Amino acid sequence: MNVLYDEPGPRGRRRNTVLTVVFAVALLGLAYLAFRKFDEKGQFAAALWEPFLRGDVWANLILPGLWNTLSAAAVAALIAVPFGFVFGMARLSEHAWIRIPAAAVVEFFRAIPLLIMIFFAQYGGSAVLGLTVTSFSAVVFGLVMYNGSVLAEIVRAGITALPRGQTEAALAVGLRKSQAMRLILLPQAVTAMMPAIVSQLVVLLKDTALGFIVAFEDLLNAGARILPSNFRNLIPAVIVMAAIYIVINLAVSAVAHWLERRTRRSAAKPVAAPDAVAAL
Amino acid sequence: MRARRIVTLLMAAAAMATSLTACSGDDKFVIGVKFDQPGLGLKQPDGSVKGFDVDVAKYIAKELGYSDDQIEFKETVSANREPFIQQGQVDIVVATYSITDKRKEVISFAGPYLITGQDILTRAADTSITGEDSLATKKVCGAQGSSSPARLIEKFGDAWKGQYLTEQQGYGACLPLLEQSQVDAISTDATILAGFAAQSPGKFRLVGQPFSEEKYGIGLKKDDKETRDKINNAIEKMFQDGSWKKAVDANFGEFGQFFTTPPAVERY
Amino acid sequence: MIDDLPLVLGAFWLTIRLTLASALAALVLGTVLAAMRVSPLAVLRGAAAGYVTVLRNTPLTLVIVFCGLGLGLVLDVSFSGSLSVNYLWLSIIGLSAYTAAFVCEAIRAGINTVPVGQAEAARALGLTFGQNLRYIVLPQAFRAVIAPLGSVLIALTKNTTVAAAIGVAEASLTMKTLFERHQEAVVPIFFGFALGFLVLTLPVGLVFGRLARRLAVAR
Repeated sequence: MNVLYDEPGPRGRRRNTVLTVVFAVALLGLAYLAFRKFDEKGQFAAALWEPFLRGDVWANLILPGLWNTLSAAAVAALIAVPFGFVFGMARLSEHAWIRIPAAAVVEFFRAIPLLIMIFFAQYGGSAVLGLTVTSFSAVVFGLVMYNGSVLAEIVRAGITALPRGQTEAALAVGLRKSQAMRLILLPQAVTAMMPAIVSQLVVLLKDTALGFIVAFEDLLNAGARILPSNFRNLIPAVIVMAAIYIVINLAVSAVAHWLERRTRRSAAKPVAAPDAVAAL
Repeated sequence: MRARRIVTLLMAAAAMATSLTACSGDDKFVIGVKFDQPGLGLKQPDGSVKGFDVDVAKYIAKELGYSDDQIEFKETVSANREPFIQQGQVDIVVATYSITDKRKEVISFAGPYLITGQDILTRAADTSITGEDSLATKKVCGAQGSSSPARLIEKFGDAWKGQYLTEQQGYGACLPLLEQSQVDAISTDATILAGFAAQSPGKFRLVGQPFSEEKYGIGLKKDDKETRDKINNAIEKMFQDGSWKKAVDANFGEFGQFFTTPPAVERY
Repeated sequence: MIDDLPLVLGAFWLTIRLTLASALAALVLGTVLAAMRVSPLAVLRGAAAGYVTVLRNTPLTLVIVFCGLGLGLVLDVSFSGSLSVNYLWLSIIGLSAYTAAFVCEAIRAGINTVPVGQAEAARALGLTFGQNLRYIVLPQAFRAVIAPLGSVLIALTKNTTVAAAIGVAEASLTMKTLFERHQEAVVPIFFGFALGFLVLTLPVGLVFGRLARRLAVAR
């Protein structure tokens, strides 16, 4: 990306060196100021960080939260992916009575905030159906409806992106429409969509943290409620939890990149998520 | 082919998830307690649960004839206590559970084993807060979904709420705010405040002027009169043999002075 | 329930203010970050890349909780004697810090859509990095990112609900309060609030889509 500036000459290089030093000092200064503030408030006290070196703290307080986070994400993903395929294909249906309701569902759940769906599941379940909705189910419901709808758009984009000739050729050799979809279009589209789907699953994993607001016993809950109740170390605990989330998400993103590279080698062109910032 | 392999993988993951949620045996006595309330029910790093509610629960289980390794503690949060009892996911609930007529419609209560009320926690050095009325011009922290902040809003109004109240995710988040003077007071059940404050001796002061009455009871299946009577007997025995007092002192430390008299058990 | 209408309108007004303030701050910070990511200085590129990686991979709820509790507790950040105003500003910091990472990525993608020849021609004319960015590349890049920025704005509007985590009484927390108050009317209340969000988000998509087509760079 160095089309924006020339290869620096001797003077330019000197200027760059000076600027590098200036900015490095400025950034380090900022970091030092933050460090000083943390230190002043005693946030580096060993007693606050020591719990993270203990095996039993991890085994009994942190990992159960992580397990809940991962299982909520896994269950939601397992339902959201089929949901996405069903609604994505339904939006491509020739029958208006399938296409329009499917479009309405997908657009509705993409347009409203995940958190109000989770609240609705929690209160609506008991008020309307007389069911007790656990915080786990409420979180999974919200994640499925939102991410399923986004996945439906990815599926639709993946199928529409295939050359028209594929459908035409399939119909020409006598396949029925459903056969063409199942045997010709879907297999190609799935390969192309894989990176976008995995990226969306990172979003899903990140969004499980909303469960904290409805008292779901997830990783963030371990960091912001359970650990501070034991050790009075809210800030360090939140920082450590952030690190765990970042490592997990980077690992899943790495899988997405790897899939993308594999896809690029094959014939199909990868499909981007419906908007470039889907990960938000 | 590749897609099929991925589907198989996902299915394996699902099977794993369901197998791990499988339940325990029949001879267990499952007790619902809080896992995040210091002094009442707090999950420890070693995996055990500690607190006043837990001590009461253990005493009762012993009186009902269960051995220590038959007791199983399960986390209950405020919202799921009734359903857990109704669905039989727990045998009894001992989890800062106030006896109310509305709850009595769907479950039964033994006890009460402790009477508390909404109170105020301040910094030890702050002597300006003496009771509910002093909160009119003080910054207060409460927990979302708790009835304690609602009570204050009703008394002081919406303008007060905007200026002086913040509602966080649980009282644990309020404590550092109080410590660092971001707020001046935390207000909820005295037991909960005492539990948090007992962790940092000398730092906080419990005002000790409760302005509501909460009777903590033990929740069990509706109309199981036999068990209810047995539990009530156990509670009375705990009052008499000194175990109740010992549990108060062990869990509330210097704040045990606010819970000196055991309440009268209400049989019905 | 009609009595609650002022409460609902006030909550949505708060949601709108949260969105606008955070959008403005995120746009400024995101543009600066994007400029840093394409700058000639490795230290700036590295700092911006690190920022984006950390913020993009942290759940927003955690970012908000950290800003709400951490900034006040550790860095003594305080905006107002009024607690609700103070937490409003802290949540704006969290929302804009998080959203800026996505604005940065969108703008960087936009910069990549500007043909290499443009920047090369500018260099041939003797423009420096700053001039190149300011007069040639960014004006074209911004036009290309109007639609993606619209998506960021929609996502931000929905994300303001997460401020509920630190007790900011925006639309979602108000909906929860109403759920508790009127348990018999959970469904209509939900659809009312959903409609409110549709009214906020759908026009943004339409306006930005139209704007993107009108301002598209002819190639």
